[in-house]
Parts: sequence; structure tokens; C-alpha cells
Amino acid sequence: MIPLSHYLILGAILFALSVTGIFLNRKNLILLLMCIELMLLAVNMNFIAFSHYLGDLAGQIFVFFILTVAAAEAAIGLAILVLVFRNRQTINVQDLDEMKG
Amino acid sequence: MSFEQFLFYFFSVVLVGAAVAMITVRNPVHAALFLVLAFFTSAAHWIMLEAEFLGILLVLVYVGAVMVLFLFVVMMLDINVARVREGFVRLLPVGLVVAVGMMVVMAMVVGARVFQVESPGRADGDYSNTKAIGELLYTEYVYPFEIAAVILLVAIIAAITLTLRRRPDSLYMDPAEQIKVQRKDRVRLIKMEAEKK
Repeated sequence: MIPLSHYLILGAILFALSVTGIFLNRKNLILLLMCIELMLLAVNMNFIAFSHYLGDLAGQIFVFFILTVAAAEAAIGLAILVLVFRNRQTINVQDLDEMKG
Repeated sequence: MSFEQFLFYFFSVVLVGAAVAMITVRNPVHAALFLVLAFFTSAAHWIMLEAEFLGILLVLVYVGAVMVLFLFVVMMLDINVARVREGFVRLLPVGLVVAVGMMVVMAMVVGARVFQVESPGRADGDYSNTKAIGELLYTEYVYPFEIAAVILLVAIIAAITLTLRRRPDSLYMDPAEQIKVQRKDRVRLIKMEAEKK
């Protein structure tokens, strides 16, 4: 039998790795989006583990809605990415300095 | 070590390995494929946690639709791999420090005694996770479910309007304009003398 903390630590490892990925790949917009997907996966892993060990299905319903919103986010994010590439011919984050932020 | 523990550690090693590979490979296409592997092993974990419906949903929706969309966009854009890797070595120590720090803090939190819960045991053979989720989703959570549908509709409209572009040179006709045409707009009767031969 696997205790709950094993699943939570697995989720924590995934989350820390995706934060590292955002640090390492901050040049490339598409890899940043992928790291965010991995982060959402880590959160979902925690939700499902808690749901199973608590015996309450509400956690799984919440994961269902997270998946929905993440799919919508990926679709709009990729549309914006395509638009940025069409206008600027680059998706390098450092080249996107038009607004002088 | 029981078979269940073996499966847990096997899938965990593959999952963490895929995540490490995803954030370190050079090619964005390979990164997307490693993310697909991470999703597959997570789906296996979720099925072990008796969340069969979400495990299958992850494979169908995430691997089948979202990751294919990612791959499609990666291949459509012409990305300069050499420029992507600029500053990788310089940022590696910072990233490692942040990762290890976060990892230690979170392990201290979730390693506490309150989270050392043993598994509640397996459900009966005739228990259907999909049926249970469906019963909850269409009764107690029916309004959030409808809001999720609206969010997806907004996402569809936003993605289409963002990427749609009108080309000035395309041979496009507006049916409304065609129907509105009157005879006097197109035909002009002119009285003139007959020409002499």
C-alpha cells in the first residue's frame, strides 16, 4: 500500500521541475506554455490523490474543470503565439519589447 | 515490495525522467513528445488511484488534442534552436537552486505526519468511477458544467477571431451585397441615333 505522502511528493517534484523549466527555457514562448501544462498536471495529481484518500469525488470533479480551462488556455495561448510569430517572425521572449515594459 | 508499489515507483521514475528530459532537450518537438510521455504515465497513476475516467480523459483530450495542437504549432513555426538555448548554462544554477529550495520546502510540508495516510483500500468490482462522476456532474455540479461549456465556446471564438485574417486579394463575394443589387444599378438604357454606314 502506498501512503498519500508519496503521491504528494511526486506532485511536488513535478511542480519544482516545471518551475525550473520556466527558468531554463525563458527564451522560447512555446516551451513556457508546455511547462505551464506540466505544472497543471502536478496540481491535478495532488487533487486526485487527495480525492482517493479522502473518499470524496469532488476532487475529481475539480480536476475535470481544470482540464477544461487548461484546454481553453492552450488554444488561446497558441493562437496568440501564431499571431505573434506572424507579425514579428520570432517567438523569442526578449524580442517582444514593443511595449518597452 | 508488492506489485502495486513496483508499478508506482516504475511510473514515477518514468514520469520524473520525462519531465527532466522535457525541460532540458534542445528540440521543441522532442520536448512536446516527452510531455506526451509524462501525460501517459500520469494517466497510469490516476488509473491506479481509481480515477479511470480522468485517466482516459487525460490521454484522449490532452495527448489526443492539446499536444497534437502543440506539435502542429511547433512544426508550423520556424524556430531557431541555437537562439533558444542562449543562456542555458548561465541560468542552470539559478533554476537548480529554485527547484531544490521549492522541493525541500514542499517535502517538509507534505512529509509531515498528517499526510502519512494509508490507502483506504480498493473499491468493489462493480464500482464504476465514470458513473459516479457522471451522477455528480449532472446533479450537484450542473451549473459549473454549463459554465465550462461556455468557457470552451469563448475559447473557440477567441482562437478563430485571433487567427482569422482577411486577404485583400482573395476572390470573396458577399451574398448580401449580391442580393441587394437592383436593375437600375447594372443596366443603363441609352437613346442614340443610328450610325450611318
